[in-house]
Amino acid sequence: MATTADNFQAHTDDHAHDADHKPGFFARWFMSTNHKDIGTLYLIFAIFAGIIGGAISGIMRMELAEPGIQYLQWWAEFMGGNADFDTSLHMWNVFITAHGLIMVFFMVMPAMIGGFGNWFVPLMIGAPDMAFPRMNNISFWLTVAGFCSLLFSLFVPGGTGPGAGVGWTVYAPLSTTGSTGPAVDFAIFSLHLAGAGSILGATNFITTIFNMRAPGMTLHKMPLFVWSVLVTAFLLLLALPVLAAAITMLLTDRNFGTTFFDPAGGGDPILYQHLFWFFGHPEVYIMILPGFGMISQIVATFSRKPVFGYLGMAYAMVAIGVVGFVVWAHHMYTVGLDVNTKMYFTAATMVIAVPTGVKIFSWIATMWGGSIEFKSPMVWALGFIFLFTVGGVTGVYLANGGVDDVVHDTYFVVAHFHYVLSMGAVFSMFAGFYYWFPKMSGRWHSELLSHIHFWLFFIGVNVIFFPQHFLGLQGMPRRYPDYAEAYTFWNEISSLGYHIMALSMVFFFINIIYAFVAGKKAEDNYWGEGATTLEWSLSSPPPFHQFSELPVIEEHHDHHDHIGTAKPA
Amino acid sequence: MKTLGLHRIVASLSLAFALVIGAPAAVAQDATATEQLESVDPAEAADVADPEAVSAGSDAYTPMAPTEGKGMPVAGGIDIQPQYSETGEYAYGLHIWLFWVMVVISLFVLALLLYVVFRFRKSANPVPSKTSHNTTIEIIWTVVPALILLAIAVPSITLISKQYKTPPADAITIKAIGYQWYWGYAYPDNGDFEIVSNMLTEEEADARGEPHQLAVDNRMVVPAGVPIRLQVTAADVIHSFAVPSLWFKMDAVPGRLNERIFQVDEPGVYYGQCSELCGARHGYMPIAVEALPMDQYNAWVLAQGGTVAGADEAGVEADPSLPPLQGPESSAPGAPGAGAPPVETPAA
Repeated sequence: MATTADNFQAHTDDHAHDADHKPGFFARWFMSTNHKDIGTLYLIFAIFAGIIGGAISGIMRMELAEPGIQYLQWWAEFMGGNADFDTSLHMWNVFITAHGLIMVFFMVMPAMIGGFGNWFVPLMIGAPDMAFPRMNNISFWLTVAGFCSLLFSLFVPGGTGPGAGVGWTVYAPLSTTGSTGPAVDFAIFSLHLAGAGSILGATNFITTIFNMRAPGMTLHKMPLFVWSVLVTAFLLLLALPVLAAAITMLLTDRNFGTTFFDPAGGGDPILYQHLFWFFGHPEVYIMILPGFGMISQIVATFSRKPVFGYLGMAYAMVAIGVVGFVVWAHHMYTVGLDVNTKMYFTAATMVIAVPTGVKIFSWIATMWGGSIEFKSPMVWALGFIFLFTVGGVTGVYLANGGVDDVVHDTYFVVAHFHYVLSMGAVFSMFAGFYYWFPKMSGRWHSELLSHIHFWLFFIGVNVIFFPQHFLGLQGMPRRYPDYAEAYTFWNEISSLGYHIMALSMVFFFINIIYAFVAGKKAEDNYWGEGATTLEWSLSSPPPFHQFSELPVIEEHHDHHDHIGTAKPA
Repeated sequence: MKTLGLHRIVASLSLAFALVIGAPAAVAQDATATEQLESVDPAEAADVADPEAVSAGSDAYTPMAPTEGKGMPVAGGIDIQPQYSETGEYAYGLHIWLFWVMVVISLFVLALLLYVVFRFRKSANPVPSKTSHNTTIEIIWTVVPALILLAIAVPSITLISKQYKTPPADAITIKAIGYQWYWGYAYPDNGDFEIVSNMLTEEEADARGEPHQLAVDNRMVVPAGVPIRLQVTAADVIHSFAVPSLWFKMDAVPGRLNERIFQVDEPGVYYGQCSELCGARHGYMPIAVEALPMDQYNAWVLAQGGTVAGADEAGVEADPSLPPLQGPESSAPGAPGAGAPPVETPAA
């Protein structure tokens, strides 16, 4: 039946036979509505933001390599402030704030959800694109605008010096009465923009996954990566509006004389923390769940076995998502919680270890009896499983409200969340990158360089972060630019590790250049018989528009095998 | 049979792990123990002590020289600082239990991974199995972690209830107030004077034989061995009052008075640092708690111009016509917002 839309698009009939017709450069990359192109944009953006966020951590490890203030005056002058003592120390707070916000909102989230989610959710469910392609475009450009706002905040006054020095948590009243000048306003606005982009992206994923699955692909036949993005999208949709509300109240407290978080006007600084962490805790699962999904695909592929306990794996993620919403105050154990509140949050937090344990053991059981090939994605996945376990057990330690008192806000916490993020989330992203890079680009990366990258990165991050457990147990508080001499040794080691990690990233970038310059052409299904989801039925790279004829998931296909050719008996 | 072997591997691996990480730390501790002790000169310390304290109480109070390794971090240290409070000691026991849980689980997962990687590599196992379910093992790996968590939760909840024990009614109240960027310590039960505590520069700290970044000019002096009602609040932004060797951390929140029982078992100096980001000099407002026997504490209070008002000790009766020491300001007659004085009913 000819609808209005069909009439409007009649002229495109000329190209209907040509699925690979691409618009011109500007229209393709700046006005993109194609999920693969938007995914590529997100990945490029995330790598760019990651370079900046990673460079900032280099500045921090340089400063912390020995006691005393070494480089902060120089940075204060460089950023346009005075080089006096307070401004120099303020620069430190600006760096920790920028590092946290960039890595969370502009590196991990864009790469995981925007990059891999955009690329592979439609491909894995057999859809031609996302449900709302133009909304997909604005999600990306809002994220870019947010990043610009954050970078801009570095160069305007933020109280003691240029930039917002309030920590990624932006706690009131330091972020309200404690920081004059527009820097904090721009940082908050940055979160508004990035948050709006993520909310739009989340609605897009939910609609896409619920409505655009290939015929026959029931929810229980969906690949686990798609499950993970679905759960993540729900977390984003429910958590981000709370953040938006909290930081809007910060803005009105700062600029319009409200006192939501100011006790002088009947407000409460702790209210802000409750609101922030009601978002903030689901946020940490937002950052790791897509990684869980990728690891499941990769472990199954290279073990040449279906994922062990598929339903348990899917519903473990749902359980983590649900329970993740009722444990937020474990970030606030020292604010003066009521005794019963503290006991509740201790017990509830520990419960999350159960579904997480199910996932770890199920990955191992997937490998058990398999025929394992140690290609680059698989070694990253193995690294992920072990290091995420280490980060997970220290999480159980920190879950205990009474024990937490001694390590709260120390380097032990820094070590813990870098084990689950810098090693958990980042290892899964590199695993996913090497798994799908030839699919996305059509070119092979070098497996040798990927392995070198893995081993150096693995050693580097462990040397950086394992000693930070010791520093935290000994009592070194986080967000400190200087420390007592007793903390020198492990800080030196930690800074040494940064160099190893940075060296490993050289191999990563050489590898990408190598792939585009001299990489072999990738086949459709270059990982062989273990790779059985729908993206492997397409060419590498996939056509500009795929699945103009929808693939059909037959009765005999299970959750694992979507392109098997065997006919039902 | 298989499981027994695995247990042995886990046990020996964890022992090796403990030895490897434990040995260098012990050496490092010995090395620093002698180093700083020698630089402590009591006479020199007295010279730079707060002139007010020296003049008012004459020989009543000299800042105590810190003991190396007690109440402070040690070079290369890898564990929690030794604990000097009852709850801290209990918590340390739980910490050790949690440490072994963490080590055993991590090594168990590592051992499984290594076994799987070795046994099921492609060259050793060319044909993969098709197993994708096993209800029994799935129940086991759900229930066993839940039981381990239960074994953690019981002592953990006990610890919280210990930490939240109400201090006895006659406990001395001390109030720590966070400012940008120093601490104030008020003694409402001892004449309501307030001590202002700023970090010492490196030269001043060296002169007193105290660690850099931790030493302060005026310490928070408390009586040892008795429970104290510690109240924590802040005047500007959020700070956090933390003393690692007493297993104590409590946020100082403007507009809020956090209260917790605080007890130091023995005399000594115990260092801590502000533990909530509070602006530029967040890293420059350390905490130093000096615990003294009760009589020396009382002498210190008198030296600060405070009062030792223990009604039972000194035999001083509280004057009922005066407002209670800790009463709100508005309860003083004539204070703004005090309202009209109560009307006494005529006896006739």
